Order: sequence, then structure tokens, then C-alpha cells
Amino acid sequence: MEYAIEMRGITKRFGAVTANDNIDFLVKPQEIHCLLGENGSGKTTLMNILFGIYTMDEGQIKVNGQPVHIRSPRDASRLGIGMVHQHFMLFNQNTVLENIILGDERVPFFLDYEKSRKEVQSLLDRYEFHIDLDEKICNLSVGMKQRVEILKVLYRGAEIIIFDEPTSVLTPQESDILLGMIQNLREQGKTVVFISHKLGETMTIGDSMTVLRKGAAVANVLREETSVHDLARHMVGKEVETSLEREEVEPGECVFELADVPIWEHRKSCNLRVHEYEILGIAGVDGNGQMELEESIIGLRDHRQGHQYLLGEEITHEPTLLRKLKGMAHIPSDRHKYGILPNETLCRNYLLGNQEREEFKSHGLIRTQRLDRFSEEMIEKYNVYTSGIEQTSGSLSGGNQQKLVLSRELSQSPKFILAAQPTVGLDIGAIEFVHRTLLQKREEGCAILLISADLSEVMALSDRIAVMYEGEIVAVGDSSEFTRDELGLMMAGHLGGAS
Amino acid sequence: MDVIIDFISLVLKLAVPLTLAALAGTLSERSGVINIGLEGTMLMGAFFAAVGAGLSGNPWVGVLFALLIGVMMGLLHAFFCLTLHGHQVVIGVAVNLFATGITPLLTRLVWNREGASDTLPSIAAVSVPLLKDIPVIGKLFTNQPPFVFITLFIFIVLFIFMKRTKYGLRLRMIGDHPTGAQTQGINVKKYKYFAVMVSGSIAALGGAYLSIAHSNVFVLNMVAGRGFMGMAANIFGGWTIGGSALASLFFAAVQSTRYYLIGSPIPDQFVLMIPYVATLIILTAFSRNSRSPEGLGKI
Amino acid sequence: MSIKKFFRRFSFDSLASSLISLLLSFVIGGLLIWAIGTNPFQAYYLIGVGAVGTMKNLANTLASSIPLIFAGLAVAVSSKAGLLNLGVEGQLYMGAMAATLCGLYLPATNRFILLIAIMIASMLGGMLWALIPGVLKAKFGTHEVIVAIMLNYVAELFTTYLIIVPFREHGSTVNQTAEIPKAARLSKLFPRTQLTTAFILAVIVAIIVWFLLRRTTLGFKISAVGGNRDAARAGGINPTAYVIIAMLISGAIASFAGTTEVVGKYFRFRENFSPGFGFTGLAVAVLARNNPFGVIATSILFGGLSTGCLYMSRITGISGHMSNVIQSIIILLVSAPRLFEIIKGSRKRT
Repeated sequence: MEYAIEMRGITKRFGAVTANDNIDFLVKPQEIHCLLGENGSGKTTLMNILFGIYTMDEGQIKVNGQPVHIRSPRDASRLGIGMVHQHFMLFNQNTVLENIILGDERVPFFLDYEKSRKEVQSLLDRYEFHIDLDEKICNLSVGMKQRVEILKVLYRGAEIIIFDEPTSVLTPQESDILLGMIQNLREQGKTVVFISHKLGETMTIGDSMTVLRKGAAVANVLREETSVHDLARHMVGKEVETSLEREEVEPGECVFELADVPIWEHRKSCNLRVHEYEILGIAGVDGNGQMELEESIIGLRDHRQGHQYLLGEEITHEPTLLRKLKGMAHIPSDRHKYGILPNETLCRNYLLGNQEREEFKSHGLIRTQRLDRFSEEMIEKYNVYTSGIEQTSGSLSGGNQQKLVLSRELSQSPKFILAAQPTVGLDIGAIEFVHRTLLQKREEGCAILLISADLSEVMALSDRIAVMYEGEIVAVGDSSEFTRDELGLMMAGHLGGAS
Repeated sequence: MDVIIDFISLVLKLAVPLTLAALAGTLSERSGVINIGLEGTMLMGAFFAAVGAGLSGNPWVGVLFALLIGVMMGLLHAFFCLTLHGHQVVIGVAVNLFATGITPLLTRLVWNREGASDTLPSIAAVSVPLLKDIPVIGKLFTNQPPFVFITLFIFIVLFIFMKRTKYGLRLRMIGDHPTGAQTQGINVKKYKYFAVMVSGSIAALGGAYLSIAHSNVFVLNMVAGRGFMGMAANIFGGWTIGGSALASLFFAAVQSTRYYLIGSPIPDQFVLMIPYVATLIILTAFSRNSRSPEGLGKI
Repeated sequence: MSIKKFFRRFSFDSLASSLISLLLSFVIGGLLIWAIGTNPFQAYYLIGVGAVGTMKNLANTLASSIPLIFAGLAVAVSSKAGLLNLGVEGQLYMGAMAATLCGLYLPATNRFILLIAIMIASMLGGMLWALIPGVLKAKFGTHEVIVAIMLNYVAELFTTYLIIVPFREHGSTVNQTAEIPKAARLSKLFPRTQLTTAFILAVIVAIIVWFLLRRTTLGFKISAVGGNRDAARAGGINPTAYVIIAMLISGAIASFAGTTEVVGKYFRFRENFSPGFGFTGLAVAVLARNNPFGVIATSILFGGLSTGCLYMSRITGISGHMSNVIQSIIILLVSAPRLFEIIKGSRKRT
């Protein structure tokens, strides 16, 4: 049997970390092969090796039976391998057509847009894509941008197409359309590698699956032979605990209120109330105003309209610092952007946001001894894995950075916690830790606003759920009121739930 | 009418080094490399053009020398920025410092004098056949330094290159999103090296104009901020070839007022200040509107 | 802070790579000297003699390091806030001019008060000039590098105008102001050298900068803004405000680079007295990796280099500008982080 892709004994190390450990990865021609694994299990590394972005330390690769050396994306492309990246590699200021032909203009020197347009148009016709070739990328929706990515790959005549977590940025409905397109590609004779950590869609679309865990291939199965449960067990290595223990507590007073604040301009204003002993979860696909909501609540955007109240006091125009001093904690969605000072020591990272507190400041000087003691306590209490408080935060792992942010933000007994995407990019252990910490804070009486693109997380943690779509809050209610499907539909802009 | 033609002539002469610096700046920055070392590169160009012209007696040999040193300076800048990942502004400052240090050193070595070179053979002005006979505007084509036409030629070539060729398209896209270009199988570093090296040679040409065409002597620090002004013109022109050229003409027009103020009661220093202050004002007034390449300064 | 902790913080790797860069720069400089027909060993010997050969030379080396320390500290403070202050040159001219005018026209009754007034005037001059790029950047988004460089030219021409027209010394053939009174001059540390108490002031300012950056909340906020602007914002720090404050501090320090030359060396404002201290200050800060004590060490090195090169130029045919060349090579090598990875990497492979 000849494989379309045959990767054997692939090993790749980054310093002391072995990202891929002797992995065998085999894909038959004209199948949809799913590559499953958690964040950090080595999927992307493996595919980057196949695509020529990384070079492997050990192992060999055959494509269509021929041994090959893939040193660059160009080599991969020549072998008929194309990749649809998770983060789009598009040029915002250029047109769709320019984006598609870049790197493969098929002219010796001078551009020939007319000829290129004809070639791309014939692809559009063949695969029934609809897109305006002269539109600038920055004006396209996420789903459309992804279509451009697929077109780029098809234009280069790829026979083997790798999709890297393609649905993570899409609504459930957009995802369905994409899955349809992928099946259509297979019918047209393409081989597809589909990278994912979502079990459901894997079972819908995959003909066979390879599961990675901690850099090693732990299973290679056909769809008929397996089940969602089996795959989950392979992925995490133990039976997944599907529910978190949560005590029933009655919500108390309203702690934080957002009243008539237009999160997106020219859209309906948003209203939210978060109470003591309550987690309010914001469900929604990434990019529907969550970032703006977060920045607005933390005081990084000044809105002309609307009001915000914290513990009954109006804070609409208060700067970030005062909000923090009044009891607001912020776990940022993008911790590298908003959470840490990568080149500073852990102590000084603990000082960030606390720099005006009497505890750490006297007459303009930093109270270093107190700060050191405090940092050591926090590291101990939250189990931050570090060589000491003099280590720089940039050299911590992602999970430990999040623990740093969490311990700092929760240390000053906040009344209101804004937790935005608190588990993105973390491993399972760290995710559990974050979830337990949030629930514990809820039981202590904090009001928590949880913004997350992970619907399961929102459903597991929240007392009430609000759905965000295109900058508006389209639904609010007790979490028991919604089913998963209803939430999915509302996240995609289908109001009223069931269709 | 003659007054206007004289004015345009003067502006063109002043615009040559600015335009070349601005075009060099655009080329480099569109590829994503900040290049404030253009100032020093121009100085090196001016010096080596003087050396070439002085040694051979033929000013065009000087031009050749300038082009070569420009490529070398570009290579130096690119190597330290792209291969060794230096801070691009700091490297630019080092290139400038190097030029201000090495040129007096070599001036003393070559001409055994401090401060300036001997008198050099310079490039004579030319008149364009046929065009010079056109009434009124014919004067624009009479007795012009050939550099005016060379600059025009470089402008046209770069304009077409950026807009109409696949390499220009790639270069523009690299400046915005280098990793994106990388995944399309484009050797980003190669393009950046190319852009910075060509940029260096264009800037050096601007320097050569100062020492062997505009005048006939190399004087220490004779570039006097024109490289920086070229960078400013590039920003003002919105990081486009056409914009840079127009901005340079505008800068040159403002600068030319200086020649009309000689002998006026305004003190010399204030007249000399005009180009710098004008650059400041223009940049401040217009910088809100321009969009820099998204990947500028990143490796 | 205990000694042990100091050493834990101190990175020997970065010290080692700075030293290797230095060594390499001297080797390349030596090759250059050799290429233009002089024996590099003799040249370096002469540079060494000129820099530290006698007590007097050593004192002059320290003296010429003074403006570099101030310029280097100025750049270091601004880069801590994430902005490169390329306008030190202009700031030191404006500060020195303000200081000179104070020295010339304030009554010289109390020496102490006069010197304080001179220092304050100097700082105000430097701060004013440093404020412009900061404010233009904040208000209009103007490219601060180009603005600062343009302002350098403007300051140079403006001060030249002042010493040629309104404040020119009567009957002088050179463009300069009259001498400031004795009371406005700094005392010498060594007789018949140019080493004055300005050196002590420079060391004190370095200590203050170190203390500011390490131990005060103001310094923390400045380095937070420079380290991660967005995180600083989310931590309740207004980045624009602290960038401007850092620029003001930087401008004030920068002004001393000019003023100490006036009140310690020339006793008057001379046309174009700075041979580019501003850009050398950048080199100093880069080599010192923005560490205030590193700035002192680097400045003494660079000071020695320039006095040494001057001495060498009198004996050999090489121009004193050789020091600029070596300095530029040092910046190139020090600011190229990958250089040492590549050197280390090749050692591993072989």
C-alpha cells in the first residue's frame, strides 16, 4: 500500500523539550485524516516539519512513496503539499487576487493580472467558491479570509492539504460550511490532513485519526473502529472528568453593572449585571466584541455613552488604576500583551498594577522587602514553577505565567473579577487549576465575569450566560435555560435559539 | 516667466539628493528595514565619489565608486540588522558614526589635508538635444546636471518595479507581513538584503551628487542631514515611490526659499534652519495620514 | 539589597559578550589602522599612553568622559521607557546656552546659589528641547527619531545665532560668548588638568538614575512602559505620561553634558563645542546595556579612546577621528545579539 504521506520516526527537540518523539504518521491517498491532540501535544510541530518550516532532528518522510527532503515551504509546495494556517497569513492591504498569486505569479518579471485572474476564476468555478477578487483582505469576514487561504493552496496545485485547527475561529455554522467544503475537496481527489482538538468535528469528518499526546503518537485508528470517548481517552490519557464540582450558592448584591455602553459603534448598547456569588459567562466566537468589552470594563476605552458602576459607585470615566484600587481584578485574554512584563523579574511583575498600593510604596519608594516576601508567598501558594523571584517572567512557561497573573490579580481580595479567556493556551492541569480557583473565588463571594470562546468552559462554570454576537449582547439567561445547540446558533447570529 | 523657470531649475537641483535619499528610504522601509544609516551612506558616497573622481580624473569613475560603496554600506546594514538581529535604529546610528569617523581619516590619508579634499573634476551640466529648443520650458533641459535626469530615470524604474513587477509586489508584501511571505515560499531575507543594498547605492549616488556634481570638492559632513530629510520625505510621502518623489520636490521648494533670502536682514542661521524646521512642521502636520509598513523594524 | 542578590541579578554572560565585542572591535580597528599603513601595535600603544600614560593624561581621560556619562545616562533613561532619545545633542546645546546666560547675567554674589541656578537653568533648557519630540509623538504621532534629529540641527543653528549676534564677546574673532565669572566655574580636582568636580556630579547622577530605576515607583512605571506598553496600561500606568516624564528626565541629564563643558572646561559657550556627544552617548548606553554604572565604565573607556586617539594623531598620520570609527564598530558588534549565538554555536559544532 502506498501512502500519500509517510512520516516515520519523526523526532524534534527544542532545547530540553522534545516536541515530537519518534512519531509515525501515515496518510492514505484521498482520505480525510485527522490529527488530534491537545494544545502543546506536538501537532503543529509535526505539520511544520512536513511543511518545511522546521527541520526534524530524526526520521524520514516519503510523499507518494518517494523519499523526500523538505527544507522549506517551497519544497513542500513543489511536492503538492499545501497548508491552511490557523493564523491567516494574509496581507491586509492587498487584494484577494494579489494574495492568491503572491509567490507563484507565473510571470518572468512583469505582473499580468488578467492572466492570473482567469486562472483563479477557473478555480472558483470548479470548487464553487464565491469571492470578489478585487476586494482588499481587511474588508473580508473571517470565513472569507479562510476561503482565500484555501484558494492560495489550490492555486498552487496542492494535492495534499493540511488544515491547522481551521474551525477555531469560526462560528458553528461557518464551521459546517467549511466541513462541507473539505468533503467536497476529497471528492475532487484531494488528500486532507485535518488538525483539531475538537472531538465532535473529528468524528464527523475524519476517515481515520492519529492521536498525539505529549509529543508521541498514542493511537492510529479508523473512524469506524473508534468513538468520541475512546479518542478523548487517548488524548488526555485518562477518563475525562466532564463536570466540575460547584456548590450551589445564592447570588447576592449587584457588584458590577454595565449600562447602555455601545461596545461596537453603531450597534445596540450592551447591558450587563454581575452579582456576588455569581459567575456570568460571555459566550461568543472570537472577534465578536469580547476584546472591546474587556478593554471597556478595565478602563482602556473611553465611551462617550453609557455608564459603568462598581459596588454602586459610577466608574464610567475612572482610569484603570482607580478601578483596580476599588476592587476590580483583571485576568487578561492576551497575557503577553496585557499581563506581564517579560523582561522584568517576578517581583516587579507582582508590583504591576499594585504600584500605588500603600503596602508596596512609601514616599515614592518601592518597599522591596515586603514586595519580595509577597512574591515568595504568591509563588508558593499558587505553585508557580520558577527558580526564584529574580527570574524574568518571560522565561516562565505559559501555564506559570498565567498562574503569576492569576495570583497577582486575585491577591488583593477583589470584589469583581474580569476573567477573559483565562485558559487559552494552557495544558489540562493548568486549566483545571484556573477553573477551581475561579469557582473558589465565587464561593468566597466574588462577582466574576468570564469571557471565553470555549463554549464548554462557559457552560461548565457559569451561573448565568450572556451571548455576544457582532458587538451586541443577544441573549442573557440562567445557564440551565440554554442547550448547547441553542447557544451555538445564537453565537452564529441566529436569534431565538432553535430553528 | 524666467523667474519661474529659474525657480524650477533650482528646485530640481536641490531635489536631487533629497529625492535619491527618499527613494532609498522608501525601498528599504517597504522591505521592512528602518534605515537611518542613509545619512552616513550618503556621506560615504560623497567621499568615495570624490576619491574616484580625484584619482582617475574622470568624475564618472567617481559615480561608479559611490555605487559600489553604497552597496557595501547597504550590505553592512543588512548584515547587522537581518543576520545578527541588531536594533535597526542603533545600527543606523552606528553606520552614521562610522561614516563621520572614517571619512576625515581617509581624507587626511588621500589628500593629506584636514577638512576637505582637493578640487575635483566634476560632472558638467548637459543640455538635452531637441528638448532644449522648446520655447520657455526648453530652459529646463539646458545646462542641467545629468543627475537630474539620472534621478528621474531611477524614479521611473523604481515606480514601475514596485507597481508592475512581481518582485516589487513581493517586496511590498514582505514589508507588511514577512512571515506571511515566508509561508508562500519567498526567501524574505534575500529580498530585504537586496532592497537594503540597492537602497544604499541610491543613497550613495545622492552623496556623489553633492561632491562631484553640485560642487567640486568633498567637505567633511557635507551631507548635513539630507539623508534624514530624505527619510522624512519618505514618511511624508506615505512610504510610496511617487509620494517620496513629490515630497522631496516639496521639501526642495521650501528649501529653495533660502536662496532668495540671502542678503535679507534675516540672520544666516535662521535661513539655514529653514529645511530642518520645514521638515519638522511638514511631518507634524501630515504624519497622522500616512500608514507605515506593518512589519517595519521587525526581523 | 545584599551583595549575593546583586550578583544574582548581574548577568556575567552579558558582561562577557560586551568584553568580547570590545576586544573584537579593537582587533577590527587595528586591521583598519594596519590597512592605512600604520603599525597597529604602535598606534594602540600611543593611544594607551595618551589615555592613561601619566596622571595628567588619566585625569584628562576622566575629564573627557564627563559629557559622555551624562549623554549615556540620558539615552539609558529614555530607552528604559522604550524610546531612543536621539536628540541629546540638541538638548545639551540648549541646556548649555541657558546655563551660560545664567552664568553671564546673574549676580555672582553667592557662588553656591549661582551654581544651583546654572544647573536649574541647564535642566530647564534640556527639558524644553526634550519635551518637543515627546509631545509631538503623543499629540500627532510624529516620527520621534526624525524630529529629534531635526531639532539637533535647529538647536545648533539657534545657539550659533545667539553667540554670533546678541551675546557675542566684544572684539572676539571667534564665535563665542564672554567668559563666565570665576564664581560660576567648577573647581578642578587636579591642577593643570580639565578634571573638575563635574566628574563627581556625573557619578552622583549615575547613582541617582540607578536608584530611580531600581527602587522608586516612578522608575518602575517608566521601565514598565518601556518593557510592555500595553501591560503597563492595563496595570493602571499612563504610557504617554511616563514616556514624556522619562524624556524630561533624559533631557535634564543630557543638558549637563553641555553645561559641564561650559562651566568646567571652556568657561564660555563656544560655537559647535560638542563633537557629537549625543550620538556617542547612544553608543555608551548600548555598550553599557542601559546600566548606569556600566555607563560610567564605558564612558571612561570612550573618553580614554578619544584622548588617546588625539595623542596618537599628533605623532602618527592618523586622524583623531579614529576614535569615532572604533566606537562605531563597538556599537555594531555590541548591538548584534546574534553574533554571540553564532560564535557559541560554531564552537559547539566543532
